[in-house]
Amino acid sequence: MNKSNPKLRWLGVLGLTTALLILTVGYAAAGGQSEGEDYPSKPITYIIPFNPGGQSDITAQYQKPGLEEALGTSVVIKYTPGAGGAVGWANLVKTKADGYTISGNNIPHIIIQPLVRENAGYQTEDLIPVYCFQTTPIGLAVLKSSPYKSLDELVAYAKANPGAITVGGSGTHSGHHLALLQLEYLTGAKFTYIPSTGAAPSVANFLGGHTQALFANSDDLVGHRDEIIVLAIGTEKPFAALPGVKTFKDQGINMTAGIDRGVCVPPGTPDSVIRTLEEAFDQVTRNPSFISKMEELGFVMQYMKSEEYTRYIMNKKKEMEDALRTLGEIQ
Amino acid sequence: MNELFLTSIGSLFTATNLLLVLLGVVAGIVVGALPGLTATMAIALLVPFTFTMQPVHGLILMGAIYVASIYGGSFSAILLNTPGTPSAIATTFDGYPMAKRGQSYQAIVTATVASVFGGLIGVFFLLFLSPPLSRLSLRFGPPEFFWLTTFGLTIIATLSTKSILKGLIGGAFGLLLSMIGIAPIEGSVRFTFGSISLQNGIALIPALIGFFCIPEVIGMIERKAEHYTAIPYRRQRRVLWGVLIHIVRKPLLMIRSAVIGTIVGIIPGAGGNIAAMVSYNEAVRASRNPEQFGKGSMDGVVAAEASNNAEVSGSLIPLLTLGIPGAPPAAVLLGALLLHGLRPGRELFTYHGAVTYTFMLSLVLANILILPVGIFSGRWISRLVTRLPVTLLAPMVFFLSVIGSYAINRNMFDVFVMLGFGLIGYVGRRMKIHPGPIVLGLILGSICEQGLVQSILMGRASGSVLAMFFTRPLSILLISLTLLSAAWPFIAGAIRRRQAGRKA
Repeated sequence: MNKSNPKLRWLGVLGLTTALLILTVGYAAAGGQSEGEDYPSKPITYIIPFNPGGQSDITAQYQKPGLEEALGTSVVIKYTPGAGGAVGWANLVKTKADGYTISGNNIPHIIIQPLVRENAGYQTEDLIPVYCFQTTPIGLAVLKSSPYKSLDELVAYAKANPGAITVGGSGTHSGHHLALLQLEYLTGAKFTYIPSTGAAPSVANFLGGHTQALFANSDDLVGHRDEIIVLAIGTEKPFAALPGVKTFKDQGINMTAGIDRGVCVPPGTPDSVIRTLEEAFDQVTRNPSFISKMEELGFVMQYMKSEEYTRYIMNKKKEMEDALRTLGEIQ
Repeated sequence: MNELFLTSIGSLFTATNLLLVLLGVVAGIVVGALPGLTATMAIALLVPFTFTMQPVHGLILMGAIYVASIYGGSFSAILLNTPGTPSAIATTFDGYPMAKRGQSYQAIVTATVASVFGGLIGVFFLLFLSPPLSRLSLRFGPPEFFWLTTFGLTIIATLSTKSILKGLIGGAFGLLLSMIGIAPIEGSVRFTFGSISLQNGIALIPALIGFFCIPEVIGMIERKAEHYTAIPYRRQRRVLWGVLIHIVRKPLLMIRSAVIGTIVGIIPGAGGNIAAMVSYNEAVRASRNPEQFGKGSMDGVVAAEASNNAEVSGSLIPLLTLGIPGAPPAAVLLGALLLHGLRPGRELFTYHGAVTYTFMLSLVLANILILPVGIFSGRWISRLVTRLPVTLLAPMVFFLSVIGSYAINRNMFDVFVMLGFGLIGYVGRRMKIHPGPIVLGLILGSICEQGLVQSILMGRASGSVLAMFFTRPLSILLISLTLLSAAWPFIAGAIRRRQAGRKA
């Protein structure tokens, strides 16, 4: 080892030093601290607190190029799945409130979790709303091969055989879980809820026939419409992307179910940063090609800026607290 | 599928992709050839640097490095009698004796040609088994995932190390680590000791970097005083042709080795070292001249190298279809896939089909490129293997470990996780507890837990939890495999005793 050719060794030293220098400079540039006025001056981390391939992820992937253009910096999507999104939000509130870490936020998740969990790791008010861009109606589906062809049949069976029907959904205390609780409360039927870590695995479980029914977001229902029967959809009016599907209300069950999606930042984020971000998201959301893409996937568009979104969340929180108390989920 | 296949061939041949494959192959061979730098480590260090790339570019680069580093391990196996990666262990049996006889060039050419053919047969299986298997993946429900991961856990306990007890200790430690953080279902918080950073669980990539890189760095420093006695590499004429003829004349040896490599690759937890050992043993058993093995037989080198390169693609089959890595380097690739938003399963072959097929096809190219790169740059690689000073290598790997674990989440906590697991990995290695079982326990643990909890819920709904676990056809198959693999050490022991008794 010590007998090595001096020339070769010198070349090696030179090569490695250069490589290390390039790497160091690259990282220093990427991680350099700079705040306030020239925001954004470095890449922004966009946390998706769910598994990749789910709805939040798909939307973020479509937003990414537009956001990068509007903000003039790169946007890095990072996944922190687990506990119905709580892992991601608990982490978000601990990050520096400089606008370089933003997170998708989902309603009802961010409202239910702090209500039902002893320590969710965050409070609803900790997540400062920036913009709300879409709502996804939630629907209830069975496979085409299922013996239950209508909501009435499914509910009747579940009433007669409490807990015998398994219903999949994205996570514990997620929008899907809440929708099922509402259905149980309004009909008196009893189901067994099978949570997964995110929508994608619960859809795979359902398509494989491992759960008998599924609460899913509209885009998954639209995407798999050839294999499934959608028994009911949680919108007020019939949902354009799923023609012929009745709402819960049409079938005498007075409920709506949906998931609102937006972005939020940690508490203490400067107002100017929130303004910059809400403008960027507004620009991206109003882009016609983005709108047509989102509607094609079964989303309902929203254009709520920070203030309106905050008020919306507060109202929803009050509604849900009442509902959960009635359902016996909280004291 | 055919359409995707064809368009992917088209999209593979861009200048960037070809350059990445070439870069990956060259870097992979060097990394594999250097004792102490393994495939797992190279990919783990690379992941953080690929996540700003397009997914397909990152995967192509990592795939090429994976393929080439397994082959590169044969250089140090042949010239130094030290496997450059664990997969090359069986290559030392005959490669080093060949080199001692003055046939170092012939041994390396044999390893090269065998790797290329073995690797190509492996990719063939990957390309044609994965799409139908991905369709089958929907049949894998929670009970099947529970049993599949249980099967993987018994494999790591019984096969991946010499001592069952130490394999079990490693696997159990990994399982415990997987429990840290918010539970995947129901969301209760476990073993975080009040730390918010731990709510997310142990970050996979920093843990992998720690387990696989830091012990090697410390080991390199410890071994600094040691001198390898390297056998010079002399180029000879007409060797390539002779080797090709030798290999083509024994198609059975090549095909058997590659098939064994692919199958061992598919089995979760069993890596390239096991593939090469099994294939070597089978080659000895099937040979008409078994006494030549271990004394510099070309067939021995072929058996080892064909199977460990086939194993690469084999280990990707369960990874891409079910999200269960077949070997430690594939476990790192799982982290890379998830980082890029690619969830293993059917959608990888439909929705993300363009990326997946281009990646799989790039492995064909990487395997082919091994031939020219290995043969023409063999002289420089062999010189590097025998002369690169540890004083350069060790600090460089350490530096990259710190940077790499920081870069993923830009989070200092991950660096401490990496360092902590590095020390645990080092102490474990001194106690002969290898990182492989720990890491697979860590990965399989949470999948296993999810399967268990969901199956219990499903079982209660259907009226019988036991029926849910024990009566589904695929589950029964997986349970049988689990029992077989758990009982295997005892069965093997009994067979050995009987054979010994018969000889006596």
